[in-house]
Amino acid sequence: MIDKGYIISLLSKGERLDGRRLDEYREIKIETNKMVNPEGWASVKMGNTHVMAGVKMDVGQPFPDKPNEGVLMTSAEFSPIASPDFETGPPDEDAIELARVVDRGIRESKAINMEKLCIKEGELVWMVHVDIHILNHDGNLIDAAALAAITALNNTRLPEYKDEKINYEKKTTKLKLECKPIAVTVFKFKDNFIIDPTAIEEDVVDGALVVTTKDDGNLCALQKLGSAGFTKDEIEKIWEIGIKKAKELRKLI
Amino acid sequence: MKRIDGRKSDELRPIRAEVGVIPNANGSALFALGNTIAVAAVYGPRLMHPKHLQESDRAFLRTIYSLIPFSTKERNRPGPSRRSIEICKVTREALEPAVILEEYPKTAIDVFIDIVQADAGTRTAGINAASMALADAGIPMRDLVAAVASGKIENEYVIDLAGKEEEVTACDMPVAYMPNRKLVTLMQMDGDISVKDAKKILDLSIKGCMKIYEKQKEALKKKWMVRI
Repeated sequence: MIDKGYIISLLSKGERLDGRRLDEYREIKIETNKMVNPEGWASVKMGNTHVMAGVKMDVGQPFPDKPNEGVLMTSAEFSPIASPDFETGPPDEDAIELARVVDRGIRESKAINMEKLCIKEGELVWMVHVDIHILNHDGNLIDAAALAAITALNNTRLPEYKDEKINYEKKTTKLKLECKPIAVTVFKFKDNFIIDPTAIEEDVVDGALVVTTKDDGNLCALQKLGSAGFTKDEIEKIWEIGIKKAKELRKLI
Repeated sequence: MKRIDGRKSDELRPIRAEVGVIPNANGSALFALGNTIAVAAVYGPRLMHPKHLQESDRAFLRTIYSLIPFSTKERNRPGPSRRSIEICKVTREALEPAVILEEYPKTAIDVFIDIVQADAGTRTAGINAASMALADAGIPMRDLVAAVASGKIENEYVIDLAGKEEEVTACDMPVAYMPNRKLVTLMQMDGDISVKDAKKILDLSIKGCMKIYEKQKEALKKKWMVRI
């Protein structure tokens, strides 16, 4: 067990246990479409953090206020397999927040053209289920989950829909993404900003701001995490870091 | 640009702020912005149950936000939803920096926020009411917390989105602010905006929070100011 005090003393000097710079991601390994059942699938490893995202499609009724649009649903499960801190049962507030932050990035960036998912206006549309499953938790889950989700969507093929039936055996057209939203969580520790903390580093930081940006550099979702406050200057600096780091991650998709 | 309800771009809806609205609570407040009405009650510090959640060095702040069933156009099913669970979390994290929790180890400070009428900006109205209720309960605080949601409609930055404005804004950015510490303690945003726009909206929100802060202080003074 590594002493928290040691991590704190390192971070205070701008150093990290694994020798990374404060604004450096761990090695990221992405795999896609290794599973036969989902319409799209991706696995993202950020160091020892391992997150999978699967996309399953089915058909259903559209929402009454959006009769010609498909439906996006994002959920996350923090399986007890992934950490001694995770428990069985319905998703807790962290899992719900993660899913909703990832969802907002995809939705608000209009990465998926929802109108193209309409089969019959007011009656039948494609429902896109993005499920995020944590396999190993070693910090920075939101960035890894958002990256897995958008990568899985980018590799999604719609199943055939014929005679009111979905044929999951036959995947046809590719789901075309309009843009690739990327979530970068910028953590604050004293006067420093930190990217991609490990779980033990995450335990000692003051708080964080998740910055989700589009390919054009626009912001599409923000979320402050943890019990810290940020000055206006800090927030503007964090946005800058978020945009810069997102460019690096987007290249990996 | 004329706003739907005729307000100027930097004009908040009419504010009503009162403390001591729930006699049974240790502290309570009502905060209304136009048609959005939030009522908050603080119970505690009191013994923390379940015991395993007790913190040895600080109080545990619990915030429960709920939209009551007839607060919305379509009836809101009672009980927690994914949305309300997230709002409970961000509300707690918006208030925590302001509350000196170290004063009351092993206890719970429960803050219940009921939105009795919803017309946009309910989480921010709830935070405004909650921070007043905490102060009304006499819990030591570093600062009050004031909050407002702003956005951008037709190239203009607008504060305190209301009613149908939520449907036409380019973004919805709720912000909470500690006016004396100058710290942003809640920031969420959904939409699609440039960093330049985001900066303007944040500036506008902070100015709005300062105005809300004055109303919060006024309400607390009205009840607690000792006249000699």
